[in-house]
Amino acid sequence: MFTETPFIRKKKRNEVIAKCFFGFMAAAMVIPLFLIVGYIVVQGAPAISWEFLTENPRSGGAKGGIWAAIVGTFYIVFFSLAFSAPIGVLAAVYLNEYATENWFTRIVNLAVVNLAGVPSIVHGLFGVGAFVYFANFNDGKKSIIAAALTLAVMTLPVIIASTKEALSAVPRQFREACWNVGATRWQVIWKIVLPNSISGILTGVILQVSRTAGETAPVMLTGVATYKLLDSTGLFLYHPIKDQCMALSMHLYYIATQANNVPKATPFAIATVLIGVVLIVNAAAIAFRVYLRSRKKW
Amino acid sequence: MTTATLNPPAAAGVDYAITTRDLKLWYAKFQALLGITCNIKKGQITSLIGPSGCGKTTLLRCFNRVNERYGYVTTTGEIKLLGKNIYDPDVSLIELRKSIGMVFQRPNPLPISVYENVVFGLRIHDEQGLKKSDYDDAVEKALTEVGLWNDLKDRLQMKATGLQLEQQQKLCIARLLPLKPEIILMDEPCSALDVGGTRAIEELMFALKGRYTIVIVTHNMAQARRASDECIFMLMGELIEHTLTTEMFVTPKNQKTAEYIEGRYG
Repeated sequence: MFTETPFIRKKKRNEVIAKCFFGFMAAAMVIPLFLIVGYIVVQGAPAISWEFLTENPRSGGAKGGIWAAIVGTFYIVFFSLAFSAPIGVLAAVYLNEYATENWFTRIVNLAVVNLAGVPSIVHGLFGVGAFVYFANFNDGKKSIIAAALTLAVMTLPVIIASTKEALSAVPRQFREACWNVGATRWQVIWKIVLPNSISGILTGVILQVSRTAGETAPVMLTGVATYKLLDSTGLFLYHPIKDQCMALSMHLYYIATQANNVPKATPFAIATVLIGVVLIVNAAAIAFRVYLRSRKKW
Repeated sequence: MTTATLNPPAAAGVDYAITTRDLKLWYAKFQALLGITCNIKKGQITSLIGPSGCGKTTLLRCFNRVNERYGYVTTTGEIKLLGKNIYDPDVSLIELRKSIGMVFQRPNPLPISVYENVVFGLRIHDEQGLKKSDYDDAVEKALTEVGLWNDLKDRLQMKATGLQLEQQQKLCIARLLPLKPEIILMDEPCSALDVGGTRAIEELMFALKGRYTIVIVTHNMAQARRASDECIFMLMGELIEHTLTTEMFVTPKNQKTAEYIEGRYG
């Protein structure tokens, strides 16, 4: 009794094979990440210096630094999220907390899902029509605001979806408890739902930071120039409405494919900085999230 | 056997907290209540018993119209609470739910401090700007009433979700009291609790009885027998029998009631 039969041995062998196979797949997932990031950083690191980060590009990008592109990326990320985060979060609150299932919410949900699947270049074309020409912020020329709005439209559906997810993770019983002492929906949202879902909501927004910083095609069409230096006299480094800006993603594309006489390390250095910028923004947001989450326990 | 004997009509001179007339309710197309007429006496404990899916909880949720928050619900018929038809257009759901407290199967303290849980209702309904001392008094009074004050008076700032289940359930009852509810609805309030917790909640119900009308849904027939004055037996969305608890468990008039309380089904 309780001894191993050949049949059991065979099952155990299959178990080992399955485990190794799945484990290998999981490992395979990690390898490219380290290879890509490692390769880029190793290639780019020698070219990164204080001057590279803080000087403007010279000689068509072949010499000098990338300061203007760093600032431009921050501008685009900031303005884009300034539109998409509040609108997205509020829309998700409406869909999750107020709306009942009817034709209107079905259409909205359908739009959210399908917008998330539209390729970014299509968003770019839409941005040209809607924000550059129709909204006409800058006399029919590209502008930072147009690029930011284009990216906001692109990230909105994802923020809505992730926020809805975070909101519906708040246990139903908390809501019931509130309804049954006569709380209005707004009171439930403000006092219970938002405080308990804010960290999840932030996660969704944070993920869009890297997407916003990395997109090239839509911003190239709507607000990013290959060469646009900072106005050193003005209060703003760039004017969000009247100026185009440089961006790391676009600069990387330009340097890697269009510019002449560029040192081999420069594109890798730009890529390293782009990754670094995203990591820094994410790290700050994650630290904030950890702080918020530490106050929540149920 | 006529329905009149199974379900006594409203008598003159008796004070009723809840009366319903031919109350029907549909979840989308499914009819969950098939015309409930009942008269629940003020200041008493009335239990709703019956097998799963018979509509006890649905009926309970009609009394503060919270059913309407659970999706597509259609209701016809009449529900009067303390003489007021709660489907009258001038009825405010906020005020209704404020005066009809509800306790759930699973204790549902909010993920905030004990203190804030107790004053949650007061805060959201605060018009005249209550002072800190008013809140302090309310907390002490409510927690004393449910027998938690001595245990928790030094731990008012701790998270309510960290309490023992029994304390959590008492806290959920305490949370209703500062709003001075007329009626407390309980949906299987003891099913997540152990024997000691169940006894504590039942004792609390006896203590609250008289000042509050209590309607309790329970799966536990022994509990209905111990802890209620009147008993309503429901089956498949219908009210089968409504009598004094002592009568129902000794001389049930309906065959189905008799079989259910004997444990033949359910």
